Amino acid sequence: MIEFRGVTKQYPDGTLAIEHVDIVIQPRTITVLVGSSGSGKTTLLRMINRMVDPTSGQVLVDGTDVATVDPVRLRRSIGYVMQNGGLLPHRRIVDNVATVPLLRGVAKSAARARSLELLDTVGLDRGLADKYPRQLSGGQQQRVGVARALAADPNILLMDEPFGAVDPIVRLELQTELRRLQSALDKTVVFVTHDIDEAFALADQMVILRTGGIVAQIGTPAEVLAHPADDFVASFIGADRGQRRLRLQPRDPASGRIVVVDSAGRPAGLIEDDHASIGDGASPDVKAS
Amino acid sequence: MNWLISNFDLVVGLTVNHIRLSVVPIIVGFVVAVPLARIAVTGRTARAVIITSTSLLYTIPSLPLFVILPAIIGTKVLSDINLIVALSIYAVAIMVRAAADAFTSVPVDVKQASLAMGYSRWQQFWRVEFPLAGPVLLAGMRVVSVSTIALVSVGVLIGSQNLGYLFTNGKQRNILEEVATGIVASLLIALVFDLILVLLGRLLLPWNRKNGSRSAQADSVRLPITVGDVG
Amino acid sequence: MNLFIDAFAWIFDPANWVAGAQSPLPIQDRLAEHLLYTFVAVLIAALIALPLGFYIGHTGKGRQFVISFTGGMRALPTLGVLFFLTMVLGYSMVSTTANFLGTMIALVLLAIPSILAGAYSGLESVDRQTIDSARASGMTELQILVKVEIPLSLPLIVGGLRSGVLQVIATVVIASYVGLGGLGRIIASGIGLNDYNRILGGAILITALALLVDGVFAVIQRLTATPGVGGPADTGRSAVRRQAQRQPATVGTPNQERE
Repeated sequence: MIEFRGVTKQYPDGTLAIEHVDIVIQPRTITVLVGSSGSGKTTLLRMINRMVDPTSGQVLVDGTDVATVDPVRLRRSIGYVMQNGGLLPHRRIVDNVATVPLLRGVAKSAARARSLELLDTVGLDRGLADKYPRQLSGGQQQRVGVARALAADPNILLMDEPFGAVDPIVRLELQTELRRLQSALDKTVVFVTHDIDEAFALADQMVILRTGGIVAQIGTPAEVLAHPADDFVASFIGADRGQRRLRLQPRDPASGRIVVVDSAGRPAGLIEDDHASIGDGASPDVKAS
Repeated sequence: MNWLISNFDLVVGLTVNHIRLSVVPIIVGFVVAVPLARIAVTGRTARAVIITSTSLLYTIPSLPLFVILPAIIGTKVLSDINLIVALSIYAVAIMVRAAADAFTSVPVDVKQASLAMGYSRWQQFWRVEFPLAGPVLLAGMRVVSVSTIALVSVGVLIGSQNLGYLFTNGKQRNILEEVATGIVASLLIALVFDLILVLLGRLLLPWNRKNGSRSAQADSVRLPITVGDVG
Repeated sequence: MNLFIDAFAWIFDPANWVAGAQSPLPIQDRLAEHLLYTFVAVLIAALIALPLGFYIGHTGKGRQFVISFTGGMRALPTLGVLFFLTMVLGYSMVSTTANFLGTMIALVLLAIPSILAGAYSGLESVDRQTIDSARASGMTELQILVKVEIPLSLPLIVGGLRSGVLQVIATVVIASYVGLGGLGRIIASGIGLNDYNRILGGAILITALALLVDGVFAVIQRLTATPGVGGPADTGRSAVRRQAQRQPATVGTPNQERE
């Protein structure tokens, strides 16, 4: 479990990056910190592995205040994935993945063997092991970044806009992959993004932040959609513009299927057949989640 | 200060000559390097040929270059022409690289926008590329000016009359003040030239007058090979 | 071209290479002196400048110092500095020692800015995100320096050394011209004897030495460029990396944003 208790971050010039934040993150879940730039979401994330120290308040990991733990040791016990993977450009893929085990003093051969397994885990061909990061595509580099973060078998995985730099199709693929990995490996994932759709796609719990590092709302995606805490959240998730309001079209007589449209009448998807009966004739408002 | 007071005319005369010898290479450096650099940024081969050859010239130490030149251009060994030509070569070498960086620094989208608006290639160069390359060009010129002025004094070893004379003469007669005067005078000329260039920059590049940006650009000038003056 | 033919004839005249010939001959002795002075001066300068440059590059502290220092040193007339130092030392020791020591100090002083700038700008050219990710992986500051920053900036560090070495080779020419051993003495004696073959021969020798050393460093720089960096699949920050691979040294800071 990760817990933020009254955490504040103030810079020497007086600006507040984080203002008295309390968050509880349950183990083995995905928590997404979402907000626009300047909302302090990355700062919050980096407090967990002490890349940033709070001015006041505490960050606890499994009941221990991280301020009492040596930052280097702490970081080696927590996986970290960042945009563009943050791979070391001068090291081969296999050595990049083995970075943390090698730092911890694991024998080179054992670390390499584990790296190769991890490439399987994240769905990469072992043939890439001896390539350099630059020779891989953005999506592949991102997978290597995840493999590297998993290498020391940490309980916690911190992900800082990891899929921000890849194209939309690859991003969807990586999101699915992350959900699969998370349920297979039972990690506690803290994920930072500015993309609200990505947050909905991944989160067990969402933390919506506004400028100045203030928590606007914490809840499951369904809760956030059903009850936006205030106008800011409503506008941030697009509820106020009707983007999330979907309606069912009458059943298409030719195919017998029901098309869902948004408030502007643009198609948003299809209803699975076994649920189709609810759509007959009527067109009740449904909300996407 | 005794030595300086009694030899003030000598110092002034040498200073004037020092400036005379510096100005030509600095101007030649600009006039020759800018077109060369513009050609250099047109392609990989052009760049390799122009930058590499000027870098190699810059690698030649100054004294050897001073005495090799007579064999190539037919001057007398102890002629000032050798000094001026050699310093011009160094100035061009420094400036070509700086100017190539300057032209590379002009944003591609700005250049494309100007073409799209109907500038001819020639207009595009004079009205868009050249002014936008200005700040980095200026930074290059500052380096050229400083290093040329420092280098002129080596010319005394091949008989040129400039502030370097105070070094050799001071050493021979064991007058430390004379040597120190030469160093200070040389630094002063460099400082004044630098100020003139900065003022020119303010005058000609008014849009660049943003806090701190000027000095930052001066830092980024890359020399062909050496950082200091080639002794 | 006759002049050059005569000069080369002088260089290859075996009489000029006979051991024990009258100073400034034989050539190989002057060459050895030249290289020795250069080596010692650059070694001392590197011992001072590399750690300092690494410190400044890693911490970002003292950036302004590097810029003003390198800029200021550039404005100093070498010949004046050389004479000034030897004369000042001459007041407290015998002149041969003062000449040697003063010259060495001048050489070291002149080599420091290039080496410092190379080390500093090399470290600064390393992608901030790479360093951040190394730190987040749990590397200590020393590990980040040794395993990430230095390997990635080796070409620029070597570039700084390359500039420093060439600077010193050129300055030794002047130092030897005014009394110290080295190839410059051949030119000096040629001017004294009004023997242009000797002047040009000496100048060609020095030029060849400088170009050769430069070439050797160019090769080292290419070899130290890490294979993973600057491949064909460049994206994003590639310009910075490509700059790090360009051979000639950098003065001050190759500003990441600008490149």
